[in-house]
Amino acid sequence: MDDKLVIRGIEFKSRLWVGTGKYKDFEETKRAIEASGADVVTVAVRRVNIFDRKSENLFDYIDPKKYKILPNTAGCYTVEDALRYARLAREAGISDLIKLEVIGDEKTLFPDTCGLLKATEILAEEGFIVLPYTNDDPVMAKRLVDAGAAAVMPLAAPIGSGLGIRNPYNIKIILEQAKVPVIVDAGVGTASDVVVAMELGCDAVLLNTAIAGAKDPIVMAEAMKHAVIAGRLAYKAGRIQRKLYATASSPIEGML
Amino acid sequence: MRLKLNGTDLEFQDGITVAGLLKNLEIEPAKVAVEVNLKIIKKQDYQEQILKDGDSIEIVNFVGGG
Repeated sequence: MDDKLVIRGIEFKSRLWVGTGKYKDFEETKRAIEASGADVVTVAVRRVNIFDRKSENLFDYIDPKKYKILPNTAGCYTVEDALRYARLAREAGISDLIKLEVIGDEKTLFPDTCGLLKATEILAEEGFIVLPYTNDDPVMAKRLVDAGAAAVMPLAAPIGSGLGIRNPYNIKIILEQAKVPVIVDAGVGTASDVVVAMELGCDAVLLNTAIAGAKDPIVMAEAMKHAVIAGRLAYKAGRIQRKLYATASSPIEGML
Repeated sequence: MRLKLNGTDLEFQDGITVAGLLKNLEIEPAKVAVEVNLKIIKKQDYQEQILKDGDSIEIVNFVGGG
């Protein structure tokens, strides 16, 4: 079944996208990402350690030729900072892809959507393929697309919270309106949360902590891989209607 | 001369270029991005870009993140 996700002409093999943060070490990062089957990995932009050049680099373990590298602007609280990090990421990397974050609050890490909209507009104008991390607000999702976002990435719940999709109805409305792919980003806790997102019709799920923070990240990565596939297939298959009363599966005819 | 490199004041020889600085620090240019006084320097300009006393330089790369 040919069911590939395409964003601005870029073909993605997997509908599971994963982060590379919070792992015990690079070896665990590598093994978890391999087990997840994801072909997109997110990374952050940070200062090079100029005093310890012997220290290992993420790309010694994650081959950028094998994976699509999606840099983020995590930790940016202003439009100016987000633009600065995005531009540095493009110069350090090989593509125009950017997971745009403009954070509005330290405790919830909810996006500052006013700043996000502004930054999306500027970066789209500069030729970036902007994938904004936003809240589950259908109106804002629409505005971001109008501003040039290549996809919208509404949160399921606060980053790292593991609460799962807190507002499936809003996600559904975003999906109904969207002219671009919708990727649930942040807040999923376990495989069933991923299945819910995919059954709603989301195009992909991006997660980090749910795998990295699990007791066994490698096994959870594999569970997430199956969850995305199961949810997508169920969505494509079309589920039965919910009913209050039973309908027998075995025939009445031929009973004694 | 004194350069502010990733937030730390360090001494370097006069007239060093961005390319020379990276070589000095054993940093592979392909893996990083360099900013001088908030302006991103394109990789093709590393050889020509001469650094001046008091310049503020940021060298960044990718690390694990979500």
